Amino acid sequence: MYKAIVIGTSYGGLEAIKAIIPKLPKDFPLALLIVLHIGDNDNTTFINLLNDSSEILIKEAEEKESIKPGIVYFAPPNYHLLVEKDETISLSTEPKVNFSRPSIDVLFESASWVYRDQLIGIVMSGANSDGADGLKLIKANGGTTIVENPCSSYAPTMPRAALKSTKPDYRLKLEAIKDQLMKLAGYNI
Amino acid sequence: MNDQIYTGKNLDLLDIELQLLLEAIHLKYGYDFRNYSKAHVKRRILHKFNMSSMENITQMQERLLWDKRYFAELINELSINVTEMFRDPAFYKSFRENVVPVLKTYAFIKVWHAGCATGEEVYSLAILLKEEGLLERAQIYATDFNRNVLEVAKQGIYSNDNFSQYSRNYKSAGGKGEFSDYFTSRYGSVMMDKSLTKKVVFADHNLVTDSVFAEVNLIICRNVMIYFNRELQNKVVGLFYKSLSSSGYLCLGTKESLRFGEHEQLFQAVDPKYRIYKKRII
Repeated sequence: MYKAIVIGTSYGGLEAIKAIIPKLPKDFPLALLIVLHIGDNDNTTFINLLNDSSEILIKEAEEKESIKPGIVYFAPPNYHLLVEKDETISLSTEPKVNFSRPSIDVLFESASWVYRDQLIGIVMSGANSDGADGLKLIKANGGTTIVENPCSSYAPTMPRAALKSTKPDYRLKLEAIKDQLMKLAGYNI
Repeated sequence: MNDQIYTGKNLDLLDIELQLLLEAIHLKYGYDFRNYSKAHVKRRILHKFNMSSMENITQMQERLLWDKRYFAELINELSINVTEMFRDPAFYKSFRENVVPVLKTYAFIKVWHAGCATGEEVYSLAILLKEEGLLERAQIYATDFNRNVLEVAKQGIYSNDNFSQYSRNYKSAGGKGEFSDYFTSRYGSVMMDKSLTKKVVFADHNLVTDSVFAEVNLIICRNVMIYFNRELQNKVVGLFYKSLSSSGYLCLGTKESLRFGEHEQLFQAVDPKYRIYKKRII
């Protein structure tokens, strides 16, 4: 049984996330941790907007809080988001990785160390190659990997880089990702 | 480097090796990283490991026990020194509005800037206090456990790459003059005005292993404790509580909070958004 889903996306990421999160049921049994590159901009507006259209709770990840199933945690702008072994959140201001802070690789790596084969990693639309190394590690640690099909993705660079580093378990169009997550989470659809 | 060695079952072995490595550092050099955020330490150590030709972390342990210089390199890897002038300008703005008026009623102000790294925020505070007419009656202790960064802080010479950003930060932090009044720019570097550090003592202090530093009216410790586990955070916040005079202020990084710790009730929030707290009178 899976425990958590990590998602990495940048350019086109808002649209990609909107195609998934608002469609998940209130009792969704996995935690979701998301790195969305939005520069230094505050993400409260986006989080509020998403909360209005979703059944599950969406929030900015706070330092040291426990990661709970059925909650979506966004990395705060300008901080890396990491998962600790006791399934709590760590934030870090260490230097940018892949020109990014938060970096998808940093989240994927630390989440993979903790959740191992109970983790699902997803790389979606984006204009750089952050997340490619992290996804590879998720796969190496027995986790399940999903890459958005670059042919239909808003910005194909990030999914393409992920496909280059990793042969994912699923390569899906954006519309199909949510259904796949539901199936992996144990729903009959 | 073998980037596939630490996957799957070897992850448990990695945890054992890391624990032994931190134990070795503590026993040999006295620096205690055992209660740092594990994910953070693992990342930093593996980063160093991946740039080496070593086969595993155990080899790293052997090397650092026998080679002091290698340990010095590792210390730089483990201490996060990312900082900037007037980082989070809104914090400085709030500080001006909420803390400065109270400080103005004091005859003398003692400040402890804990974990000051390369000193950018020490200069920021000194500039702010100067503009508010408080620098002359202030004494600032700026401390860090990393002597290399303290040396940089003391010299106050920085690359001018980021100074246009800093200048914007200064303005949005409520700066009252021109940021360029506080430094001279030559040879692609910037030298901070020496008069700013007249009231600053830079000192080597380790929050993890050392005790109360001095009794002060204000403690600034931003983005330092986010690298500590909860137990160590509790210990350090307790240390801050003891170091603060009655109604003294504690300023943390904007994503740090006392919320998940055991000392929350000892402080009252002055500005919860920008993490400015005041020691409660009990």
